[in-house]
Amino acid sequence: MTSINWFRYASPVSFFPVTRRLARGFGVAAAVFAAVGLWLGLIVAPTDAQQGEAYRIIFIHVPAAWMSMFIYAVMAGWAAVSLALNARLSAMMAQALAPTGALFTAIALVTGSLWGRPAWGTYWAWDARMTSELILLFLYLGYMALRQAIDDPRRADRASAVLALVGVVNLPIIYFSVVWWNTLHQGASVSLTAAPTMAAIMLAAMLVMAFAAWFYTIAVVLTRVRAIILEREKRAAWVSEFAEAAR
Amino acid sequence: MSALEPTSPGAWPGVAWALRRDLKLALRSKAELGVQLLFYLIVVTLFPLGVGVEPTMLRALGPGVLWVAALLASLLALPRLFASDFSDGSLEQIALSPYPLPALISGQILAHWLTTGAPLAVLSPLLGLQFGLEGHEAGALVAGLLLGTPTLSLLGAVGAALTLGLARGGALLALLILPLYVPILIFGAAAVGATHAGMAAAGEFSVLAAALLASVVGAPIACATAVRIALD
Repeated sequence: MTSINWFRYASPVSFFPVTRRLARGFGVAAAVFAAVGLWLGLIVAPTDAQQGEAYRIIFIHVPAAWMSMFIYAVMAGWAAVSLALNARLSAMMAQALAPTGALFTAIALVTGSLWGRPAWGTYWAWDARMTSELILLFLYLGYMALRQAIDDPRRADRASAVLALVGVVNLPIIYFSVVWWNTLHQGASVSLTAAPTMAAIMLAAMLVMAFAAWFYTIAVVLTRVRAIILEREKRAAWVSEFAEAAR
Repeated sequence: MSALEPTSPGAWPGVAWALRRDLKLALRSKAELGVQLLFYLIVVTLFPLGVGVEPTMLRALGPGVLWVAALLASLLALPRLFASDFSDGSLEQIALSPYPLPALISGQILAHWLTTGAPLAVLSPLLGLQFGLEGHEAGALVAGLLLGTPTLSLLGAVGAALTLGLARGGALLALLILPLYVPILIFGAAAVGATHAGMAAAGEFSVLAAALLASVVGAPIACATAVRIALD
Protein backbone atom coordinates (compact mmCIF):
# COMPACT_ATOMS: atom_id res chain seq x y z
CA MET A 1 0.00 0.00 0.00
CA THR A 2 1.59 3.19 -1.10
CA SER A 3 0.81 6.46 0.58
CA ILE A 4 0.13 9.55 -1.45
CA ASN A 5 2.80 12.21 -1.25
CA TRP A 6 0.67 15.33 -0.88
CA PHE A 7 3.64 17.62 -1.16
CA ARG A 8 5.04 16.19 -4.38
CA TYR A 9 3.75 19.13 -6.43
CA ALA A 10 4.61 21.72 -3.79
CA SER A 11 8.06 22.04 -5.32
CA PRO A 12 8.38 24.20 -8.44
CA VAL A 13 10.62 21.58 -10.11
CA SER A 14 7.96 18.88 -10.13
CA PHE A 15 5.04 21.28 -10.56
CA PHE A 16 6.41 23.12 -13.57
CA PRO A 17 6.24 20.27 -16.17
CA VAL A 18 2.60 19.51 -15.28
CA THR A 19 1.44 23.07 -15.74
CA ARG A 20 1.96 23.28 -19.48
CA ARG A 21 -0.64 20.67 -20.42
CA LEU A 22 -3.00 21.74 -17.63
CA ALA A 23 -2.88 25.35 -18.77
CA ARG A 24 -3.49 24.35 -22.38
CA GLY A 25 -6.37 22.02 -21.45
CA PHE A 26 -8.12 24.61 -19.32
CA GLY A 27 -7.51 27.26 -21.97
CA VAL A 28 -9.26 25.15 -24.63
CA ALA A 29 -12.10 24.38 -22.20
CA ALA A 30 -12.48 28.09 -21.45
CA ALA A 31 -12.71 28.93 -25.16
CA VAL A 32 -15.32 26.19 -25.79
CA PHE A 33 -17.43 27.16 -22.78
CA ALA A 34 -17.22 30.87 -23.63
CA ALA A 35 -18.33 30.15 -27.21
CA VAL A 36 -21.28 28.01 -26.07
CA GLY A 37 -22.17 30.48 -23.31
CA LEU A 38 -22.11 33.48 -25.63
CA TRP A 39 -24.16 31.59 -28.23
CA LEU A 40 -26.75 30.69 -25.57
CA GLY A 41 -26.70 34.17 -24.06
CA LEU A 42 -26.62 36.36 -27.15
CA ILE A 43 -28.61 34.27 -29.66
CA VAL A 44 -30.72 31.58 -27.98
CA ALA A 45 -31.87 33.47 -24.88
CA PRO A 46 -35.01 35.57 -25.50
CA THR A 47 -35.20 39.34 -25.18
CA ASP A 48 -36.13 40.46 -21.69
CA ALA A 49 -39.64 41.86 -21.32
CA GLN A 50 -38.57 44.82 -19.14
CA GLN A 51 -34.97 45.50 -20.09
CA GLY A 52 -34.85 44.59 -23.76
CA GLU A 53 -31.45 43.55 -25.06
CA ALA A 54 -29.46 45.46 -22.46
CA TYR A 55 -29.82 42.72 -19.88
CA ARG A 56 -27.51 40.45 -21.94
CA ILE A 57 -24.49 42.09 -20.32
CA ILE A 58 -25.40 39.93 -17.32
CA PHE A 59 -23.65 36.99 -19.00
CA ILE A 60 -20.34 38.79 -18.60
CA HIS A 61 -21.13 40.84 -15.53
CA VAL A 62 -22.29 38.16 -13.10
CA PRO A 63 -19.51 35.61 -13.78
CA ALA A 64 -16.94 38.42 -13.49
CA ALA A 65 -18.41 39.57 -10.17
CA TRP A 66 -18.41 36.00 -8.84
CA MET A 67 -14.82 35.44 -9.88
CA SER A 68 -13.68 38.76 -8.41
CA MET A 69 -14.69 37.67 -4.91
CA PHE A 70 -13.83 33.99 -5.30
CA ILE A 71 -10.30 34.74 -6.51
CA TYR A 72 -9.63 36.96 -3.50
CA ALA A 73 -10.62 34.10 -1.19
CA VAL A 74 -8.43 31.62 -3.09
CA MET A 75 -5.55 34.11 -3.08
CA ALA A 76 -5.86 34.56 0.68
CA GLY A 77 -5.99 30.78 1.05
CA TRP A 78 -2.69 30.36 -0.83
CA ALA A 79 -1.26 33.27 1.18
CA ALA A 80 -2.19 31.50 4.42
CA VAL A 81 -0.58 28.25 3.22
CA SER A 82 2.55 30.12 2.18
CA LEU A 83 2.85 31.77 5.60
CA ALA A 84 2.04 28.65 7.60
CA LEU A 85 4.17 26.15 5.69
CA ASN A 86 6.69 28.63 4.28
CA ALA A 87 5.97 27.15 0.84
CA ARG A 88 7.22 29.39 -1.93
CA LEU A 89 5.06 27.84 -4.66
CA SER A 90 1.94 28.78 -2.66
CA ALA A 91 3.16 32.36 -2.53
CA MET A 92 3.74 32.26 -6.28
CA MET A 93 0.15 31.06 -6.77
CA ALA A 94 -1.16 33.95 -4.68
CA GLN A 95 1.00 36.34 -6.69
CA ALA A 96 -0.29 34.88 -9.98
CA LEU A 97 -3.94 35.13 -8.94
CA ALA A 98 -3.95 38.83 -8.04
CA PRO A 99 -3.88 40.39 -11.55
CA THR A 100 -6.68 38.11 -12.78
CA GLY A 101 -8.75 38.93 -9.71
CA ALA A 102 -8.21 42.64 -10.27
CA LEU A 103 -9.11 42.20 -13.95
CA PHE A 104 -12.43 40.49 -13.13
CA THR A 105 -13.20 43.16 -10.53
CA ALA A 106 -12.59 45.87 -13.11
CA ILE A 107 -14.73 44.01 -15.68
CA ALA A 108 -17.54 43.65 -13.14
CA LEU A 109 -17.37 47.38 -12.39
CA VAL A 110 -17.27 48.49 -16.02
CA THR A 111 -20.03 46.14 -17.19
CA GLY A 112 -22.11 47.03 -14.14
CA SER A 113 -21.74 50.69 -14.95
CA LEU A 114 -22.62 50.13 -18.63
CA TRP A 115 -25.64 48.10 -17.56
CA GLY A 116 -26.63 50.74 -15.03
CA ARG A 117 -27.04 53.36 -17.75
CA PRO A 118 -30.04 51.70 -19.51
CA ALA A 119 -31.38 49.95 -16.39
CA TRP A 120 -31.14 52.73 -13.79
CA GLY A 121 -30.48 55.74 -16.01
CA THR A 122 -27.05 56.38 -14.53
CA TYR A 123 -23.55 55.02 -15.00
CA TRP A 124 -22.76 55.01 -11.32
CA ALA A 125 -25.11 54.58 -8.40
CA TRP A 126 -23.71 54.23 -4.89
CA ASP A 127 -25.24 50.81 -4.81
CA ALA A 128 -23.90 48.55 -2.06
CA ARG A 129 -22.57 45.95 -4.47
CA MET A 130 -20.89 48.46 -6.76
CA THR A 131 -19.33 50.26 -3.82
CA SER A 132 -17.99 47.10 -2.21
CA GLU A 133 -16.73 45.90 -5.59
CA LEU A 134 -14.83 49.19 -5.94
CA ILE A 135 -13.26 48.69 -2.51
CA LEU A 136 -12.37 45.13 -3.51
CA LEU A 137 -10.54 46.57 -6.51
CA PHE A 138 -8.59 48.85 -4.14
CA LEU A 139 -7.67 45.83 -2.03
CA TYR A 140 -6.34 43.98 -5.09
CA LEU A 141 -4.40 47.05 -6.25
CA GLY A 142 -2.96 47.53 -2.76
CA TYR A 143 -1.84 43.90 -2.68
CA MET A 144 -0.15 44.21 -6.08
CA ALA A 145 1.41 47.58 -5.21
CA LEU A 146 2.88 46.18 -1.98
CA ARG A 147 4.40 43.24 -3.88
CA GLN A 148 5.85 45.62 -6.46
CA ALA A 149 7.35 47.89 -3.83
CA ILE A 150 9.37 45.13 -2.13
CA ASP A 151 12.51 44.07 -3.98
CA ASP A 152 13.28 40.89 -2.06
CA PRO A 153 10.79 38.27 -3.36
CA ARG A 154 10.72 36.32 -0.09
CA ARG A 155 9.85 39.41 1.91
CA ALA A 156 7.30 40.37 -0.75
CA ASP A 157 5.73 36.89 -0.43
CA ARG A 158 5.31 37.12 3.31
CA ALA A 159 4.34 40.78 3.57
CA SER A 160 1.70 40.48 0.85
CA ALA A 161 0.43 37.28 2.47
CA VAL A 162 -0.17 39.16 5.74
CA LEU A 163 -1.96 41.89 3.78
CA ALA A 164 -4.14 39.37 1.92
CA LEU A 165 -5.14 37.75 5.21
CA VAL A 166 -5.94 41.09 6.85
CA GLY A 167 -7.96 41.93 3.74
CA VAL A 168 -9.92 38.69 3.69
CA VAL A 169 -10.88 39.09 7.35
CA ASN A 170 -12.02 42.64 6.65
CA LEU A 171 -13.85 41.91 3.41
CA PRO A 172 -17.10 40.63 5.00
CA ILE A 173 -17.04 43.54 7.47
CA ILE A 174 -16.57 46.03 4.64
CA TYR A 175 -19.37 44.39 2.65
CA PHE A 176 -21.70 44.38 5.64
CA SER A 177 -20.96 48.01 6.48
CA VAL A 178 -21.48 49.14 2.88
CA VAL A 179 -24.82 47.31 2.65
CA TRP A 180 -25.87 48.89 5.94
CA TRP A 181 -24.69 52.33 4.84
CA ASN A 182 -26.53 51.95 1.54
CA THR A 183 -29.86 50.99 3.08
CA LEU A 184 -29.49 53.94 5.44
CA HIS A 185 -28.80 56.49 2.74
CA GLN A 186 -31.12 55.53 -0.05
CA GLY A 187 -34.32 53.58 -0.20
CA ALA A 188 -34.84 50.47 -2.25
CA SER A 189 -35.30 52.58 -5.38
CA VAL A 190 -32.35 50.89 -7.04
CA SER A 191 -32.34 47.14 -6.99
CA LEU A 192 -30.15 44.70 -8.82
CA THR A 193 -32.66 41.89 -8.61
CA ALA A 194 -34.36 43.09 -11.77
CA ALA A 195 -35.72 39.81 -13.05
CA PRO A 196 -37.74 38.07 -10.32
CA THR A 197 -37.95 34.83 -12.24
CA MET A 198 -35.04 34.19 -14.52
CA ALA A 199 -35.74 32.01 -17.52
CA ALA A 200 -33.98 28.64 -17.42
CA ILE A 201 -32.08 29.35 -20.63
CA MET A 202 -30.70 32.59 -19.18
CA LEU A 203 -29.56 30.80 -16.05
CA ALA A 204 -27.95 28.07 -18.15
CA ALA A 205 -26.08 30.63 -20.26
CA MET A 206 -24.87 32.38 -17.13
CA LEU A 207 -23.63 29.16 -15.54
CA VAL A 208 -21.80 28.15 -18.72
CA MET A 209 -20.16 31.57 -18.79
CA ALA A 210 -19.23 31.18 -15.13
CA PHE A 211 -17.47 27.90 -15.97
CA ALA A 212 -15.71 29.63 -18.85
CA ALA A 213 -14.49 32.29 -16.40
CA TRP A 214 -13.25 29.57 -14.02
CA PHE A 215 -11.35 27.71 -16.71
CA TYR A 216 -9.92 30.95 -18.08
CA THR A 217 -8.71 31.86 -14.60
CA ILE A 218 -7.06 28.47 -14.09
CA ALA A 219 -5.39 28.57 -17.51
CA VAL A 220 -4.12 32.13 -17.12
CA VAL A 221 -2.95 31.68 -13.54
CA LEU A 222 -1.04 28.51 -14.42
CA THR A 223 0.59 30.28 -17.34
CA ARG A 224 1.48 33.21 -15.13
CA VAL A 225 2.83 30.97 -12.40
CA ARG A 226 5.05 29.28 -15.03
CA ALA A 227 6.55 32.64 -15.85
CA ILE A 228 6.99 33.48 -12.16
CA ILE A 229 8.69 30.13 -11.50
CA LEU A 230 11.09 30.61 -14.40
CA GLU A 231 11.88 34.14 -13.29
CA ARG A 232 12.40 33.37 -9.63
CA GLU A 233 14.16 30.03 -10.03
CA LYS A 234 16.39 31.28 -12.83
CA ARG A 235 19.52 30.30 -10.92
CA ALA A 236 18.38 26.67 -10.60
CA ALA A 237 20.03 24.13 -12.89
CA TRP A 238 16.75 22.72 -14.21
CA VAL A 239 15.65 26.14 -15.43
CA SER A 240 18.76 26.59 -17.55
CA GLU A 241 18.26 23.06 -18.90
CA PHE A 242 14.67 23.97 -19.75
CA ALA A 243 15.79 27.17 -21.41
CA GLU A 244 18.42 25.27 -23.41
CA ALA A 245 15.85 22.69 -24.55
CA ALA A 246 13.37 25.38 -25.53
CA ARG A 247 15.92 27.23 -27.62
CA MET B 1 11.10 29.64 20.53
CA SER B 2 9.89 29.05 24.05
CA ALA B 3 12.85 26.82 24.75
CA LEU B 4 15.08 29.82 24.19
CA GLU B 5 13.03 31.96 26.55
CA PRO B 6 12.81 30.03 29.80
CA THR B 7 12.03 33.12 31.86
CA SER B 8 9.78 35.04 29.49
CA PRO B 9 8.31 38.01 31.35
CA GLY B 10 4.57 38.51 31.07
CA ALA B 11 2.68 40.40 28.42
CA TRP B 12 1.43 43.23 30.63
CA PRO B 13 4.86 44.45 31.79
CA GLY B 14 5.78 44.50 28.08
CA VAL B 15 2.78 46.65 27.21
CA ALA B 16 3.55 49.00 30.12
CA TRP B 17 7.23 49.28 29.22
CA ALA B 18 6.60 50.06 25.55
CA LEU B 19 3.81 52.49 26.46
CA ARG B 20 6.04 54.39 28.87
CA ARG B 21 8.95 54.50 26.44
CA ASP B 22 6.93 55.68 23.43
CA LEU B 23 4.99 58.26 25.44
CA LYS B 24 8.25 59.69 26.73
CA LEU B 25 9.67 59.83 23.21
CA ALA B 26 6.52 61.42 21.81
CA LEU B 27 6.31 64.05 24.54
CA ARG B 28 9.90 65.07 23.84
CA SER B 29 9.00 66.09 20.29
CA LYS B 30 5.83 68.04 20.91
CA ALA B 31 6.11 69.94 17.63
CA GLU B 32 5.46 66.72 15.71
CA LEU B 33 2.25 66.11 17.66
CA GLY B 34 1.07 69.64 16.90
CA VAL B 35 1.63 69.18 13.18
CA GLN B 36 -0.86 66.32 12.97
CA LEU B 37 -3.53 68.30 14.84
CA LEU B 38 -2.92 71.34 12.65
CA PHE B 39 -3.30 69.13 9.59
CA TYR B 40 -6.69 67.98 10.89
CA LEU B 41 -7.70 71.57 11.56
CA ILE B 42 -6.65 72.76 8.10
CA VAL B 43 -8.28 69.93 6.15
CA VAL B 44 -11.56 70.53 7.98
CA THR B 45 -11.28 74.27 7.32
CA LEU B 46 -10.80 73.69 3.59
CA PHE B 47 -14.23 72.08 3.15
CA PRO B 48 -16.42 75.15 3.78
CA LEU B 49 -14.07 77.07 1.46
CA GLY B 50 -14.70 74.46 -1.23
CA VAL B 51 -18.40 73.77 -0.87
CA GLY B 52 -19.75 77.07 0.48
CA VAL B 53 -21.10 78.15 3.84
CA GLU B 54 -24.79 77.25 3.55
CA PRO B 55 -25.57 76.26 7.19
CA THR B 56 -27.91 73.33 6.43
CA MET B 57 -25.46 71.86 3.95
CA LEU B 58 -22.56 72.28 6.34
CA ARG B 59 -24.52 70.55 9.07
CA ALA B 60 -25.27 67.66 6.70
CA LEU B 61 -21.65 67.42 5.54
CA GLY B 62 -20.10 67.95 8.99
CA PRO B 63 -19.96 64.38 10.36
CA GLY B 64 -18.54 62.96 7.13
CA VAL B 65 -15.99 65.76 6.71
CA LEU B 66 -14.78 65.51 10.30
CA TRP B 67 -14.45 61.74 10.04
CA VAL B 68 -12.67 61.77 6.68
CA ALA B 69 -10.27 64.41 8.00
CA ALA B 70 -9.67 62.27 11.10
CA LEU B 71 -8.89 59.29 8.84
CA LEU B 72 -6.39 61.34 6.84
CA ALA B 73 -4.79 62.79 9.98
CA SER B 74 -4.46 59.30 11.44
CA LEU B 75 -2.87 58.13 8.18
CA LEU B 76 -0.44 61.03 8.23
CA ALA B 77 0.83 60.08 11.68
CA LEU B 78 1.23 56.35 10.98
CA PRO B 79 4.71 56.22 9.39
CA ARG B 80 6.11 57.72 12.60
CA LEU B 81 4.97 54.70 14.57
CA PHE B 82 7.85 52.40 13.62
CA ALA B 83 10.00 54.32 11.14
CA SER B 84 12.51 55.93 13.50
CA ASP B 85 12.84 52.74 15.59
CA PHE B 86 13.42 50.84 12.37
CA SER B 87 16.05 53.18 10.98
CA ASP B 88 18.13 53.42 14.19
CA GLY B 89 17.91 49.70 14.96
CA SER B 90 15.83 49.94 18.16
CA LEU B 91 13.04 47.95 16.52
CA GLU B 92 15.44 45.04 16.12
CA GLN B 93 16.33 45.24 19.81
CA ILE B 94 12.62 45.39 20.68
CA ALA B 95 11.97 42.28 18.59
CA LEU B 96 14.87 40.49 20.32
CA SER B 97 13.72 41.36 23.83
CA PRO B 98 12.25 38.57 25.98
CA TYR B 99 8.87 40.30 26.18
CA PRO B 100 6.30 38.95 23.70
CA LEU B 101 6.53 41.15 20.58
CA PRO B 102 2.73 41.60 20.19
CA ALA B 103 2.63 42.98 23.75
CA LEU B 104 5.41 45.50 23.09
CA ILE B 105 3.74 46.53 19.86
CA SER B 106 0.38 46.92 21.63
CA GLY B 107 2.08 49.33 24.03
CA GLN B 108 3.58 51.26 21.14
CA ILE B 109 0.23 51.47 19.36
CA LEU B 110 -1.49 52.59 22.57
CA ALA B 111 1.11 55.33 23.05
CA HIS B 112 0.66 56.33 19.41
CA TRP B 113 -3.10 56.57 19.83
CA LEU B 114 -2.80 58.56 23.08
CA THR B 115 -0.62 61.11 21.32
CA THR B 116 -2.50 61.26 17.97
CA GLY B 117 -6.04 59.83 18.03
CA ALA B 118 -7.07 60.97 21.49
CA PRO B 119 -6.08 64.66 21.09
CA LEU B 120 -7.83 64.66 17.74
CA ALA B 121 -11.04 63.37 19.32
CA VAL B 122 -10.82 65.97 22.06
CA LEU B 123 -10.28 68.75 19.53
CA SER B 124 -13.15 67.67 17.28
CA PRO B 125 -16.14 69.30 19.08
CA LEU B 126 -14.49 72.64 18.47
CA LEU B 127 -14.38 71.90 14.75
CA GLY B 128 -17.92 70.54 14.98
CA LEU B 129 -19.01 74.00 16.06
CA GLN B 130 -17.78 75.38 12.74
CA PHE B 131 -20.14 72.97 11.00
CA GLY B 132 -23.05 73.89 13.24
CA LEU B 133 -23.18 70.60 15.15
CA GLU B 134 -25.35 70.72 18.26
CA GLY B 135 -24.10 69.70 21.69
CA HIS B 136 -25.38 66.12 21.61
CA GLU B 137 -24.12 65.63 18.04
CA ALA B 138 -20.68 66.83 19.10
CA GLY B 139 -20.92 64.35 21.96
CA ALA B 140 -21.65 61.52 19.51
CA LEU B 141 -18.73 62.70 17.37
CA VAL B 142 -16.28 62.60 20.29
CA ALA B 143 -17.57 59.25 21.53
CA GLY B 144 -17.35 57.80 18.02
CA LEU B 145 -13.84 59.13 17.51
CA LEU B 146 -12.73 57.83 20.90
CA LEU B 147 -14.06 54.37 19.96
CA GLY B 148 -13.01 54.48 16.31
CA THR B 149 -9.56 56.09 16.22
CA PRO B 150 -7.89 53.31 18.29
CA THR B 151 -9.10 50.86 15.62
CA LEU B 152 -7.61 53.14 12.97
CA SER B 153 -4.28 53.12 14.85
CA LEU B 154 -4.36 49.33 15.24
CA LEU B 155 -5.20 48.60 11.58
CA GLY B 156 -2.84 51.31 10.41
CA ALA B 157 0.00 49.86 12.47
CA VAL B 158 -0.20 46.66 10.40
CA GLY B 159 0.15 48.72 7.23
CA ALA B 160 2.97 50.78 8.73
CA ALA B 161 4.85 47.60 9.64
CA LEU B 162 4.30 46.07 6.18
CA THR B 163 5.70 49.15 4.42
CA LEU B 164 8.70 49.62 6.74
CA GLY B 165 11.78 50.78 4.86
CA LEU B 166 10.09 50.85 1.45
CA ALA B 167 10.57 53.68 -1.01
CA ARG B 168 7.38 55.73 -1.40
CA GLY B 169 6.03 53.98 1.68
CA GLY B 170 3.64 56.82 2.51
CA ALA B 171 1.51 56.69 -0.63
CA LEU B 172 1.59 52.90 -0.57
CA LEU B 173 0.43 52.94 3.05
CA ALA B 174 -2.60 55.02 2.05
CA LEU B 175 -3.51 52.53 -0.68
CA LEU B 176 -3.19 49.58 1.71
CA ILE B 177 -4.97 51.03 4.70
CA LEU B 178 -7.71 53.40 3.54
CA PRO B 179 -9.94 50.62 2.11
CA LEU B 180 -9.76 48.89 5.50
CA TYR B 181 -10.88 52.10 7.21
CA VAL B 182 -14.21 52.09 5.33
CA PRO B 183 -16.34 50.39 8.03
CA ILE B 184 -15.05 52.73 10.76
CA LEU B 185 -15.82 55.77 8.61
CA ILE B 186 -19.32 54.51 7.82
CA PHE B 187 -20.33 53.73 11.38
CA GLY B 188 -18.53 56.69 12.91
CA ALA B 189 -20.21 59.21 10.64
CA ALA B 190 -23.54 57.35 10.90
CA ALA B 191 -23.47 57.65 14.70
CA VAL B 192 -23.40 61.45 14.41
CA GLY B 193 -26.03 61.34 11.66
CA ALA B 194 -28.36 59.19 13.78
CA THR B 195 -27.99 61.56 16.71
CA HIS B 196 -28.75 64.46 14.38
CA ALA B 197 -31.94 62.68 13.26
CA GLY B 198 -32.94 62.27 16.90
CA MET B 199 -32.34 58.51 17.03
CA ALA B 200 -30.24 56.54 19.48
CA ALA B 201 -26.82 55.70 18.08
CA ALA B 202 -26.30 52.67 20.33
CA GLY B 203 -26.10 50.29 17.35
CA GLU B 204 -23.35 52.28 15.65
CA PHE B 205 -21.37 52.57 18.88
CA SER B 206 -21.72 48.82 19.45
CA VAL B 207 -20.31 48.09 15.99
CA LEU B 208 -17.42 50.51 16.56
CA ALA B 209 -16.71 48.87 19.92
CA ALA B 210 -16.86 45.41 18.35
CA ALA B 211 -14.40 46.48 15.64
CA LEU B 212 -12.13 47.87 18.36
CA LEU B 213 -12.20 44.65 20.38
CA ALA B 214 -11.57 42.50 17.31
CA SER B 215 -8.62 44.64 16.22
CA VAL B 216 -7.19 44.76 19.77
CA VAL B 217 -6.98 40.98 19.58
CA GLY B 218 -5.93 40.53 15.96
CA ALA B 219 -3.92 43.58 14.92
CA PRO B 220 -0.95 43.27 17.35
CA ILE B 221 -0.36 39.69 16.19
CA ALA B 222 -0.54 40.61 12.49
CA CYS B 223 1.64 43.64 13.24
CA ALA B 224 4.26 41.55 15.08
CA THR B 225 4.38 39.16 12.10
CA ALA B 226 4.81 42.09 9.75
CA VAL B 227 7.59 43.61 11.89
CA ARG B 228 9.47 40.29 11.93
CA ILE B 229 9.11 40.07 8.13
CA ALA B 230 10.50 43.60 7.76
CA LEU B 231 13.45 42.82 10.05
CA ASP B 232 14.42 39.59 8.30
